[in-house]
Amino acid sequence: MTADIQAPVARTIPDRIETPFRRWKRWEVLLAGVAVAIFIFNAFASPHFLNASNLSDATYNFTEQGIIAFAMALLIIAGDIDLSVASIVAVSSTGMGAAATAGGGPAVLVVVGLVVGLACGAVNGFIVTRFRVPSIVVTIGTMSLFRGISYVVLGDQVYRHYPPGFDWFGQGYVWWVFTFEFLLFLLLAMAFAVLLHRTVFGRRIYVIGNNPVAAQFSGVRVDRIRFILFLLTGLMSGVAAILLTSRIASTRPTIATGYELQAVTIVVLGGVNILGGSGTILGVFIAAFVIGLVTFGFGLFNVPGVVQSIFTGALLIGVIALPIVWGRVAARLRAR
Amino acid sequence: MRIGRDGLLAAIVLLMVIAIGFVTPSFDTAPNLVDLFNDTAILIMMALAQMTVILTKCIDLSVAANVALTGVLIALLNVAFPGLPVPVLMVVAAGIGLLLGAFNGAMVWLVGIPSIVVTLGTLSIYRGLSFLASGGTSINGGKMSPAFIAVPRAIILGLPVMSWFAIAAVAIFLVFLRFTRTGRAFFAAGGNPTAAVYTGIDVGRSQFIAFCISGAVAGFCGYLWVSRYTIAYVDIAGGFELQVIAACVIGGVSISGGIGTVAGAVLGALFLGVVKNALPVIHISPFWQLAISGIAILGAVIINAGRERRVGRLILKEAAA
Amino acid sequence: MAVPVTPVLETAGISKSFPGVKALEAVNLRLYPGTVTALVGENGAGKSTLVKILTGVYAPDAGQILMDGAPIEIPNAEVAFLRGITATHQETVLFDDLTITENIFLGHPVLGRFGLLDWKTMNARARAILDELEVDLDPSMRLRDLAIARKHLVAIARALSVDAKIVIMDEPTAALSHKEVQELYAIVAKLKAAGKAILFISHKFEEIFRVADRYTVFRDGRLVGEGMVADATPGGLIALMVGRTVDHIFPKVDVPLGDVVFSVEGLGHPTEFADITFDLRRGEILGFYGLVGAGRSELMQALFGLTRRSAGSVALGGKPIAIRRPADAVAAGIVYVPEERQRQGVVLALPVFQNISLPSLGHITRNGFLDLAREFELARRYVTRLDLRAASLSQEVGTLSGGNQQKVVIGKWLATEPRVIILDEPTKGIDVGSKAAVHAFMGELVGQGLAVIMVSSELPEILGMSDRVIVMRDGRIAGRFDRAGLTAETLVAAATGNLPAEAA
Repeated sequence: MTADIQAPVARTIPDRIETPFRRWKRWEVLLAGVAVAIFIFNAFASPHFLNASNLSDATYNFTEQGIIAFAMALLIIAGDIDLSVASIVAVSSTGMGAAATAGGGPAVLVVVGLVVGLACGAVNGFIVTRFRVPSIVVTIGTMSLFRGISYVVLGDQVYRHYPPGFDWFGQGYVWWVFTFEFLLFLLLAMAFAVLLHRTVFGRRIYVIGNNPVAAQFSGVRVDRIRFILFLLTGLMSGVAAILLTSRIASTRPTIATGYELQAVTIVVLGGVNILGGSGTILGVFIAAFVIGLVTFGFGLFNVPGVVQSIFTGALLIGVIALPIVWGRVAARLRAR
Repeated sequence: MRIGRDGLLAAIVLLMVIAIGFVTPSFDTAPNLVDLFNDTAILIMMALAQMTVILTKCIDLSVAANVALTGVLIALLNVAFPGLPVPVLMVVAAGIGLLLGAFNGAMVWLVGIPSIVVTLGTLSIYRGLSFLASGGTSINGGKMSPAFIAVPRAIILGLPVMSWFAIAAVAIFLVFLRFTRTGRAFFAAGGNPTAAVYTGIDVGRSQFIAFCISGAVAGFCGYLWVSRYTIAYVDIAGGFELQVIAACVIGGVSISGGIGTVAGAVLGALFLGVVKNALPVIHISPFWQLAISGIAILGAVIINAGRERRVGRLILKEAAA
Repeated sequence: MAVPVTPVLETAGISKSFPGVKALEAVNLRLYPGTVTALVGENGAGKSTLVKILTGVYAPDAGQILMDGAPIEIPNAEVAFLRGITATHQETVLFDDLTITENIFLGHPVLGRFGLLDWKTMNARARAILDELEVDLDPSMRLRDLAIARKHLVAIARALSVDAKIVIMDEPTAALSHKEVQELYAIVAKLKAAGKAILFISHKFEEIFRVADRYTVFRDGRLVGEGMVADATPGGLIALMVGRTVDHIFPKVDVPLGDVVFSVEGLGHPTEFADITFDLRRGEILGFYGLVGAGRSELMQALFGLTRRSAGSVALGGKPIAIRRPADAVAAGIVYVPEERQRQGVVLALPVFQNISLPSLGHITRNGFLDLAREFELARRYVTRLDLRAASLSQEVGTLSGGNQQKVVIGKWLATEPRVIILDEPTKGIDVGSKAAVHAFMGELVGQGLAVIMVSSELPEILGMSDRVIVMRDGRIAGRFDRAGLTAETLVAAATGNLPAEAA
């Protein structure tokens, strides 16, 4: 230290002030509470609920959309969005159907599904970064284009002839009651959690979402990262397509309708700010469970999907409105 | 009218019609074109309404669900009270739609939730409510009163009433967006929100009004839809919100707000209408429709983005000359 | 010209402070009808703060504003405008996608039948106003289609449409061609003849002496001089602007200069700067002075890879390097501490340690994953070295003071162990204690062999810290000076184009 300025004694400041418990974001805890509450409610409301194989079979309600939601969460944290995911599932499934008709085995189908997903993601990423078009509008366009391709290929036909062995992905059990889908979901949850919270790449996502200008000024290759995130979302949509197609063993152009809405709902319910910059995989993970529990619960009472979505829609709005309204009410009360 | 851009789109639409008429002479005959216009009337009206929302830097994804819910409710009303005059039903439909839109607007303005999230939510809620309202069944033409079905079909001066509604809507929006302070405020609020505040415009309130308009038009079109297709059930207008937004985007409305013309929105809707009606005629499977809209949207936004680019600072004197 | 009588606008004791900075102190300004009053001062002297107060954007902390002798309240921008206080700004606060007419009349339109907007009348009036200004523009053109120079004219037209009493012109001739400047003078004359009071903010002395009747000089937030332009000289004005005896209050340690580490040859950009050539040695602090809009930040951003240059080359350690993006610059060892700290320098919502580690993320990994322990250690090292005051390393940067935020930015770049560090207005808007710390630190850095480029508009800083100074004006180099015998007056003269013989 130079002698001119009265140099204070080198002070050490702490790394953090709050206790580790406080660090756990309140949202995830709240959400977990909601999940437990719904679980208990369902358990009391229906005798069929607490049945291991029923529960296991019902996991498909959220695993496929949850897998897409993980990738979507990263994209939204970075400040973008992809509304074309459902259409990517559709065109990916169509590709697999075509490959199956041409005689491809399960391995080929998996490759086709993933490649188509990646290609779609690349299209999204390219248009957004190269032409600087807002991602919401690009993905509304590709949403139509990709599903449109499905329609062109399939028309009103249905692919049904999938090779034997292919159904294992969506319907197979790995160990006891746990399905492959569910385990894949868990695995991907962990992978994404590590990617977002423990890698350089993940850290850069948060920075871009909070201040893309400062990110650029700090040497972060913003466009490159955004492009990769679109690739990832496309890839996960491809994975979901494999699981879904395998599970229902058929492909129609209308497959996976509404998946984009579900995925965004899971992400937002999971505490990710739709405007970007914050959110955790844990939150998304729990949110997927919540949606799954609700869907399953409703299903037990034979509530049609379209009515269930009233609940999901209200949940989406309520989840964001509540903290804002609460904050204002609290401020008013404090001002008294 | 943005002469350059709108003119180009008009030329494209015209060329399409002529080209298809070349291949299939029955296409560009007057009766067929009237049919085409009538077919596109609802899309035209809703595209104009959506444009108002997009101008203020928002988006309304719930319009199709609004159409469905209002359509079902108004059909039910008609079945229950066949004596109610159709004009009254139209007003009620618009009123219901307005309330649905006002909810969206209130969430955006008063609570401050981004419009994409609100309307993704209400998209599901309204659609679900329409299922509940219809009891899971459909209300078909047989149950509707004759007047209910007849009014939009009635021909006046060679055009069906529904087409006249579309023409009236174009005129109303032209006047509203060009000659009223509220209308102009949309452009200012979306084009430069911070500057708009300095001129005394309440951006949030403008957005609220835009959503009310969007809802009211959707509600009104809800009546038209169930009347035209003589059926009301949960799935009507499925995915229609995509077409509405596509029409706006193709018509040059900028998703970042502040830019858009009535002519553009109408032409965008007509473009999609021509595509939809032309495909079966030129023996291209109608299954191409969605893909073509997708390509049109992408093409339009890429071109739009090119135009809205900003230049760097001008410092060098010779650069400024 | 007759002696002015009652001022149409008067500020009495206006003061305004921001956290850590006193922007205005007891300002008593008077504007007279039919008179052009020039407002001069260095960057940061308080001119734009005053304008913002007059136009209702800021509220003063103390003092009053009087119009025609009576005190008035200006709660917001719209009220100021409708009262007749109008301004043209450097950045247009208008609407690019609306027409000229609409921009002129927004907020106070002419209504016709049925309460509808009467475009015919408005277009005609717009046309009339433009004719008065002798500007040949079609009022139905969109603002976006106009050259930047013309947009200022629309702002003036807007002022005339409300029969403005006061027209404030803030650097109106930035980016105007010679011909357009003459047109502007004619407009100013017309406004004057119409009895308006014009506040003309400019650093170009030839303009001031050409159009202004009176002058006012600001320095460090105070009004330090005023009078009739006829009685003033450029030298006198400069002396008022600069004012103080500039002591070497900074600990300038003489460091032996090493080899040329960085050289720039013929660098140019289509619109922002041209013909930039200079060298930088190890251990050197090269100051860049100039007034707002001279192109210094633009040059630095191009050097850092943020914008594309159109001509010229850059060499590091003798070898030419291609910098296409900031990541390339950082990899080469060139780093940039930006002027807009909050927008470009830090991520306000993220904690201190994450901001500091941002460019160095690749180096704090273990087995490919982020090592939080190493990250904290890195952050702690630089926080200590820069004496950054924060409650913890996890504190959000947005809650730190300006000075500490700047330390975060400097710290993050130092962590990349650069060879050349470019500082753009490094002590703007931060308190004196932190300023001194930053300066001391700069001295340390060059002592360790770094090379520093410092863009600054603060004369004491430039004079105190730089080994050499390059002055820029209108995108070009207007002067190169050595430390020895350099005075504030010389720098200001070069920056304003008033040097007797340009020392290029």
